Amino acid sequence: MPQKKRSKDLNFLEKIYLPEIFNGLMLTLKNMFRPNVTMQYPEQKFIPPASYRGRPVLVKENDDTERCVACGLCSRVCPALAIEVQPDETALEKERFPKLFEINMLRCIFCGFCEEVCPEEAIVMSKDYELVYTNREDAIYGKDKLLVPVEELSDRLEFLRNFK
Amino acid sequence: MPKLIIDGKEIEFENGQTIIEVAKKDGLEIPHFCWHPSLSISGNCRVCLVEVEKMPKLVIACSTIAADGMVVNTQSEKTLNARNAVMEFLLINHPLDCPICDEAGECKLQDYAYKHSAGESRFVETKNHKDKRIQLGPRIMFDQERCISCSRCIRFSDEIAKENQLTFVQRGDHVTIRTFPGEEFDNPYTLNTVDICPVGALTSNDFRFQTRVWELSSTESICVGCSRGCNTEVWVRDNEIKRLTPRENFDVNSYWMCDHGRVNTWKNVNADTRIDGCLKDGEKISWEDAIKSVSDGLTQYQPEEILFIGSAFASNEDNFLFKKLAEKKGVHEVYFASAIKPGDADDILIQEDKTPNSLGASKIGLTGSNDNKSLSKKISDGKYKAAFILEDDLTRLEEDVIKSLQNIEFLIVQATNENQLTKEANLVLAASTFAEKHATYTNFLGMVQRVKPAVTSANMDRALDSMSKSRWDKFATTFDRWGRGKKYDSKPGWSILSGILNEMGEEKNYQMAEDVFDELAKEISDFNGMNYDTIGSGGALLKSFTKQEAETV
Repeated sequence: MPQKKRSKDLNFLEKIYLPEIFNGLMLTLKNMFRPNVTMQYPEQKFIPPASYRGRPVLVKENDDTERCVACGLCSRVCPALAIEVQPDETALEKERFPKLFEINMLRCIFCGFCEEVCPEEAIVMSKDYELVYTNREDAIYGKDKLLVPVEELSDRLEFLRNFK
Repeated sequence: MPKLIIDGKEIEFENGQTIIEVAKKDGLEIPHFCWHPSLSISGNCRVCLVEVEKMPKLVIACSTIAADGMVVNTQSEKTLNARNAVMEFLLINHPLDCPICDEAGECKLQDYAYKHSAGESRFVETKNHKDKRIQLGPRIMFDQERCISCSRCIRFSDEIAKENQLTFVQRGDHVTIRTFPGEEFDNPYTLNTVDICPVGALTSNDFRFQTRVWELSSTESICVGCSRGCNTEVWVRDNEIKRLTPRENFDVNSYWMCDHGRVNTWKNVNADTRIDGCLKDGEKISWEDAIKSVSDGLTQYQPEEILFIGSAFASNEDNFLFKKLAEKKGVHEVYFASAIKPGDADDILIQEDKTPNSLGASKIGLTGSNDNKSLSKKISDGKYKAAFILEDDLTRLEEDVIKSLQNIEFLIVQATNENQLTKEANLVLAASTFAEKHATYTNFLGMVQRVKPAVTSANMDRALDSMSKSRWDKFATTFDRWGRGKKYDSKPGWSILSGILNEMGEEKNYQMAEDVFDELAKEISDFNGMNYDTIGSGGALLKSFTKQEAETV
């Protein structure tokens, strides 16, 4: 097979490569003096904006009760069947509360439907994106992990009121 | 036959029928809240307004008697407007608390608001607030705000339960329902009002806030609380029964069932006392060993030394194979203990006989008497050295009779739950409850009725056994906690007994409950020609019985 002819032969400077090597080194040198954009995670944490959909959490009121009334709408709307709610009766005015509230974080797809459907603004998407577990059981979050004080969620609640 | 035209369709009817009945018979539903086919007509909700040609105003379909040549329009603009307006009025003071309301999902008001209402409210004033938690009776909670004053519950207790316990008080938007002073809403049928309440105003204490209704699977079954055998739906979530509701069958229970049946008859299915696997002298053993022990144990005794006690609580199939087993051992007399509670009956549904299958048991050839005297005497005589007791705790027998039973040398008990006999038994066989098997029971009217499995036991699978499935059941994996309801290691009675029969050398191999029933239908003349298909969901009548409408209901 005859060798294919190059469209253009390299000239002398191109053949010795050195100018291009210096070009590359110059680029590196220039970038050394530019401002640094890499975040030093995990020493330095990324704080997402209010519109971010991190793991869903339950709002805990100031009197330590959950805002949730265990209506089960989040559970019904969840496309991944991640949420299980077991309601029970309480003497409080809201009449019912979740005796058990579990989100399987392996099933959760962070779509935010649960937050959207919630009639009480009781389940919201937090800024928490650090989800680590070493077995399937640990990935099922119960009320102990889900309840977050309302002050910590003020950003998201305000965002929801403005844009939902 | 006279005819009328509804929405352009000519329909024949019988004189005296109302428009709503004629339409219903033809499969057309005219929206209604207060009308109920077996209650008197009240006509107060006004949502069934329809236009009838040549009548100056709209009329309510539930109380207008159909006439020959009538032309009814249920979809005209005038009708739709009126329906809208009625819905708007009903929703004025109805709280929007569907998320915490147990009726949500099966609520007539919710459905109609979706189907027949404009979807918007013009009411800007504050809604009327009333008391949300009033204990009307021992089993019923009343939410005043949600009530739309349809009066169904009042008419039910007056006309069906025959106890005048409820009434309206106040007027206008203050109107509410209460019991008469000093009275409680405590008749034996109160929970039916929860079913017929078109909204969530009346809720059952037993089911209240237990689960959302759309998370349940439902299975056709019957109640095993007395010999009436009311037709029911069994509602299950996470392999646990959550409630029972009546299913209509005009030959047995109409639309109703009693509170005792609804609340108490299924609590043993998921109770801590369930027998989970077979026991030999209190130690767990495998099914093979258990069946072998029964067969080996019984061979050591002469026929006259063995006592077989069948059960009116067990199904036809179980008793049939039990009788077969006895005959195989040369025992021809098989007994069962009846459970008659004298006086504990009414002329509505409740029967004195508290067993679901005493008629079936005697038709199959078991011997029983109302006072259990002859059975007690047989046991106390003490000539028996071995006994096999089928699904019955025999608590009705006297203490010394039970004592002598407990002292029998070789006692085999097939039971669903722990009881006074399982504690003393040499061998306990773990039987499935009515909710875990296919079976038939024969009620006192001679109606043979089926139950279907609603709860799975250890060797069952919802998908493979074509049982009804909730959304959770459909998609559960082994890694989901909600897919892991407790399953007990039990088998249906017929399956255990056929195992023992095979161990004793019987050739016939029964694969399923239906096989047993088919043979039963062949051998016992009263059941001739019946099979699971002909029984269906409505039941089939024994040959020697004539059909009678469920007397008063």
